[in-house]
Amino acid sequence: MNTMTLRLAKPLTLRRIQAAAFAAMIAFFAIAPLFIYPVYLMKVMCFALFACAFNLLIGFCGLLSFGHAMFFGVAGYATAHAAKVWGLTPELAVLFGMACAGALGFGTGLLAIRRQGIYFAMITLALAQMVYFFVLQAPFTGGENGLQAVPRGRLFGLVDLNQPAALYAFVFAIFVAGFFAVWRIVHSPFGQVLKAIRENEPRAISLGYEVNRHKLLAFVLSATLAGAAGSAKVLVFQLAALPDAHWSMSGEVVLMTLLGGLGTLLGPVVGAAVIVMMHNYLAHLDAWVMTIQGVIFAVCVLAFRRGLIGEFSHRIGRPL
Amino acid sequence: MEVFGVPSQALFGQLLIGLINGSFYALLSLGLAIIFGLLRIINFAHGAQYMFGAFVAYLLLNKAGIGYWWALLLAPLGVGAVGAAAERFMISRLYRIDHLYSLMLTFGLGLIVQGVFLSEYGSSGQPYPMPTQLAGGHNLGFMFLPNYRVWVIGLSIAVCLSAWFLIERTRLGGYLRAATENPTLVQAFGINVPRLLTLTYGAGAGLAALAGVMAAPIYQVGPLMGTEMIIVVFAVVVIGGMGSIMGSILAGFGLGVVEGLTKVFYPEAASTVVFMMMALVILVRPNGLFGTRS
Amino acid sequence: MTEVRVAAPPMLDVLGLKAFYGESHVLHGVDFQVRQGEVVTVLGRNGAGRTTLLKSIMGLVGRVSGSVRLNGAEIIGMAPHHVAHRGVGYCPEERGIFASLSCEENLLLPPVIGAGGMRIAEIYELFPNLKERRTSPGTRLSGGEQQMLALARILRTGARLLLLDEISEGLAPVIVKAIARVIRTLRAKGFTVVMVEQNFRFAAPLADRFYVMEGGRMVEQFAAHELVARMDMLHAHLGV
Repeated sequence: MNTMTLRLAKPLTLRRIQAAAFAAMIAFFAIAPLFIYPVYLMKVMCFALFACAFNLLIGFCGLLSFGHAMFFGVAGYATAHAAKVWGLTPELAVLFGMACAGALGFGTGLLAIRRQGIYFAMITLALAQMVYFFVLQAPFTGGENGLQAVPRGRLFGLVDLNQPAALYAFVFAIFVAGFFAVWRIVHSPFGQVLKAIRENEPRAISLGYEVNRHKLLAFVLSATLAGAAGSAKVLVFQLAALPDAHWSMSGEVVLMTLLGGLGTLLGPVVGAAVIVMMHNYLAHLDAWVMTIQGVIFAVCVLAFRRGLIGEFSHRIGRPL
Repeated sequence: MEVFGVPSQALFGQLLIGLINGSFYALLSLGLAIIFGLLRIINFAHGAQYMFGAFVAYLLLNKAGIGYWWALLLAPLGVGAVGAAAERFMISRLYRIDHLYSLMLTFGLGLIVQGVFLSEYGSSGQPYPMPTQLAGGHNLGFMFLPNYRVWVIGLSIAVCLSAWFLIERTRLGGYLRAATENPTLVQAFGINVPRLLTLTYGAGAGLAALAGVMAAPIYQVGPLMGTEMIIVVFAVVVIGGMGSIMGSILAGFGLGVVEGLTKVFYPEAASTVVFMMMALVILVRPNGLFGTRS
Repeated sequence: MTEVRVAAPPMLDVLGLKAFYGESHVLHGVDFQVRQGEVVTVLGRNGAGRTTLLKSIMGLVGRVSGSVRLNGAEIIGMAPHHVAHRGVGYCPEERGIFASLSCEENLLLPPVIGAGGMRIAEIYELFPNLKERRTSPGTRLSGGEQQMLALARILRTGARLLLLDEISEGLAPVIVKAIARVIRTLRAKGFTVVMVEQNFRFAAPLADRFYVMEGGRMVEQFAAHELVARMDMLHAHLGV
């Protein structure tokens, strides 16, 4: 007999342990720039947010999107354009990027939600490829060169983001806000309904939940947060380029989340950190990195499905 | 001579290219549909298997002096065997759990193959010579018809129809069709369904490899040749619908032609027309044009 | 002088069979014997575990323990296609007629795994309306025809032990009578039949022995001639 478990209120101890873990993570990112290269940390935070956004769909809705790069990339290009061509201040540029990603998420979500499971994955991949071709060919995206020399601007018109500390604080704020957004969504009544849909969709429908509307909203939220990550990344590196919207970027975020732990909150952060680190240290291996990623995929799927955080969380008996 | 305001050479030339592309779309979506029908997984490694087939042909020629005609036989057998081994030892372990994991596994396997060839050969393509027996062509007046192109289209149609016949009209095909509906019962009748699954995946991989060998003289042999192709094939498969073998074949050829014609009349949209059609089909007929299952 | 009776070993000998579906413990140690040529009926309410018993013998249940011996050889834990090759034919409760195959394709689907199977002509004699409908798609057949088809297709394979799950369920009385005639014919031809049945009015004239199953265990066993004497007990167990 399949029973749905709706846990609307977590016992206090579980909440405390989760809160402690998250506080530790935030403290880490707050202090780490003192001994780790800040640009590297900002890159990790951007991809961590990207992975958290992706995980919202797969881990909590059971929807595997293979096209999430389209939100990451489009938001990046939108932000770059807003900052460079329209001269918007960074917070407005990021918001614009997020809005574009959200709108794209709404449009593609309407199409993709109509099919389930593996079809959903194929459709998101195909739609993302269409977006990629559009980005490649559109006149205002700079084609193969992308949009370069994107100005970081002055936050709220006051704080110059070219100062390393200010930029770091800005990206840190976006990351923390995004992470907490995911946390809140997951633990809200909306999030509980999503979990119910993932566990037993026909049951959820029979209980009267508007399943498609919930899925679409989750898709749009995921797209918007992925967009935030893409926008932040563009401001850090001052470059919006084609690889941001390429299918291999979609594959990367799947790998990060799988490695870190599908359906955990900390997992995508850890997975992103590991993969970014791997790219850094193994950059000299060029295409072997792709093979290594393939091996990690295979190993994780066959023998390590819970991922790093998922496995740890299983051992200590607490969800993270 | 002009047709619809376009010089006939250009129009029929693009139509021919469209039919060629359509041949590959049909062969590849056939392989995907066969694998999906029985194993219920989307083979994300299909593009890599196509590329692997082309590279096997290339290596056979350049390392062992074995030419095109033997490659047509050996590459599918080789790649099919590797695929069957992957199914037997890895993919089959995932049938009991959410099929999204099989999807991620095949994606990973595709990355492994692609990474190996990328490191070895870089992203540029290697040339593969046209088999001498098929070189040249005929001038039909309104267009020039290369022999090799005719061969590709003809062989694709032959392979597709043979596969259709095998599945719809033979005993083995009956086992396959029954096993897609109720694999446990088919096993209870004495048919070794696990072995059937392995052979089916191998056959799908072999089909992809065959397409790769056929593509080698046309597109050059490069590590990235599979990925861009396979994403379009995914769109073709969504348009055609997964339930029907004939549907996948027709959708493949049809969309190749549509793409070719778009190139003539509206070139900017050519690379995205298939995806736009996919979007349209999802809105109007979510199960695909020929789809039989939801 | 004492009579020495040598009892033939049972064709199917099930001892202490336990079966699980995931966490659910369905069979709690079933003991069950069927001799060659017998027709044995397993009675019981829904949920007693009768279908699980047949599936466990067939190798279709993931977690099993205990002993299942067929013709002396241990088959527990064997893959279903190996069990089939040992001469077991299975007719599931849901019939399992394949929609993408025609009636005749359905009939010809199970491969011949041994000698002694009925020929097509014989099968069509036994089931004349299947011959009429042989080109129809599997699912266009009526409920009764589908049941006959499900039974007919395992007769061709050479399987000598037939496991039949609820073959009279949901069928019109005239079809049920026809099926009863078929069972009698099969018995005459030497098949060994295990029938899981709820409708003991159907099973009563056909079976040599009866088992009653409850809560994943065999709780009663008696021969056909004891049926009348056991009616009260049956009413109690089956709520009929």
